[in-house]
Amino acid sequence: MNAVTIAVDLAYLLAALGFVVALHLMNSPATARKGSRLSWLGMIVAVAAALTSVIHDATITTTGWIVLSVGGIGGAAVGLVMSRRVKMTDVPQVVSIFNAVGGGAAALVAAGGFVRLAGGGGISSRVMIATVLDIIIGPVTFSGSLIAAGKLQGWVDSRPVVFPGARLATAAFTLIGVGGGCYLLAGNDSIPVLILVVCAALAFGVTMTMPIGGADMPVVVALLNSFTGIAVAIAGFVIDNGGLIIGGALVGASGGILTVLMAQAMNRSVLSVMMGGFGTGDGGPAGVGPGAGAGAGASIRRISAEDAAIQLAYASKVAIVPGYGLAAAQAQHEAAQLAELIGDHATVFFAIHPVAGRMPGHMNVLLAEANVPYTELKEMDAANLEFPTVDVALVVGANDVTNPAARRPGNSVSGMPILNVDQAKSVIVIKRSMGHGYAGIDNELYTDPKTGMFFSDAKAGLAEIIASVKALVAS
Amino acid sequence: MTAGLMSDIYMFVLAILVGYEVITKVPSTLHTPLMSASNAIHGIVIIGAVVTASQARTDAGYVLAFVAAFFAGMNVVGGYGLTDRMLQMFRKRPGPAAHDGTKELS
Repeated sequence: MNAVTIAVDLAYLLAALGFVVALHLMNSPATARKGSRLSWLGMIVAVAAALTSVIHDATITTTGWIVLSVGGIGGAAVGLVMSRRVKMTDVPQVVSIFNAVGGGAAALVAAGGFVRLAGGGGISSRVMIATVLDIIIGPVTFSGSLIAAGKLQGWVDSRPVVFPGARLATAAFTLIGVGGGCYLLAGNDSIPVLILVVCAALAFGVTMTMPIGGADMPVVVALLNSFTGIAVAIAGFVIDNGGLIIGGALVGASGGILTVLMAQAMNRSVLSVMMGGFGTGDGGPAGVGPGAGAGAGASIRRISAEDAAIQLAYASKVAIVPGYGLAAAQAQHEAAQLAELIGDHATVFFAIHPVAGRMPGHMNVLLAEANVPYTELKEMDAANLEFPTVDVALVVGANDVTNPAARRPGNSVSGMPILNVDQAKSVIVIKRSMGHGYAGIDNELYTDPKTGMFFSDAKAGLAEIIASVKALVAS
Repeated sequence: MTAGLMSDIYMFVLAILVGYEVITKVPSTLHTPLMSASNAIHGIVIIGAVVTASQARTDAGYVLAFVAAFFAGMNVVGGYGLTDRMLQMFRKRPGPAAHDGTKELS
């Protein structure tokens, strides 16, 4: 161990330390940005260390340098443009694409080592085990994340896509992948078999993600994030690098936690999400017009934008409950504008359910972009403490997460964590129709006598209410 | 070799535990930036791309190194860029643009 090797290893340790402290600083919006910059600094230190080590060893060829710099800089440029241009509503797709390339890179690193040593029988069993794991997990993450991104973007049908024999195909790909992997593990360093395993894993990623519906995407994106982390950590085992192992493990843990949290918030098990096949989340059967689906003889009270405006103008405490419908209609700016308007005479806050939006915490980003201060963004538990003292709760495009039936056993939302909107003194719901949410049952909140239903698109409805409130305030 | 493998496994397991401890304290308000930040962290795979490029001697090796470097570069820079862009929007008070809106009404 010479001085350079020691310095390089210490630099990796420093980088890992930076990542951990950075994640720690994310426990508050006030320090999060500092954390992100610290993490970036750690990354620069790690890359500088890796380059120093390569220069010191002097084993890299000129072609190697060209390949590395052109590839790295080209990729960096694409990443930079994507991160600058993406609209905040499209963040889930881009995160998915970054997951894909991260997993893909991990698989390529493992494959690179394999291809170099193949045929000579010089691959130790520990490297072989890590390599086989990586050429399976990496490609699954790659193709799975791309399909997820396509579904989020609308390029791939966001409904669960099931074709005859899908399960059989998935089973076949699993068999080929595992069989090929075992063949390699038995000490046969055959490149054709490696390619076969990679192809089977890629196909598996596709058949795994296709049957999963759009509403389950928060879970899927989090899960694939976790997979990528694990793939990177395993690549660290292949090249014996602590930086990759620690960085990958941190991401694996983060993605794993978010996966479980999201699944709990949707009242599903991770397994049932992955088995897929039902639910699209884009709200019940098509063609259910206003009032048409007010089931079981329960009556609803319809109100107009003016009625809603009067209630809001005279309230002293207002909670706005944004849901998927608000994100879909891109109405976050209207919601923020209304909050500011009412904020002149009342206390306003946003009550945000963990699965509002299309990835964990997505709604908060949309509202922050629309200039809502983070002090007004309340998590579910904090919001639920406030609802009993709220004068008006304005529900915009949220359905199942407000259904009080969840507190009772015996129905499809039982046990699901919800926002206790029904405890507010009065409730206004902006919704396009009486169509069911993802759970497929009536929302008892809508038939509550204190609830007024305002049938409208989220964006147009909020704009009408804003106009009416302005008229009231002006007169 | 076995000692190296054991310390790698120690590192892996302990890092998962540390990650678990740190990440459970992140509020759900920041879950999207958290995911993007962790996304950026797995861009550390770029070190793997550097190592792969340094060992490549064949055409196949160079192609693999090139694609790995491209993917990893995209992952790192895109991940941090996006995270920072999102986090700078989380402000304690509304920005100047929002204040103009209020004045217009009063």
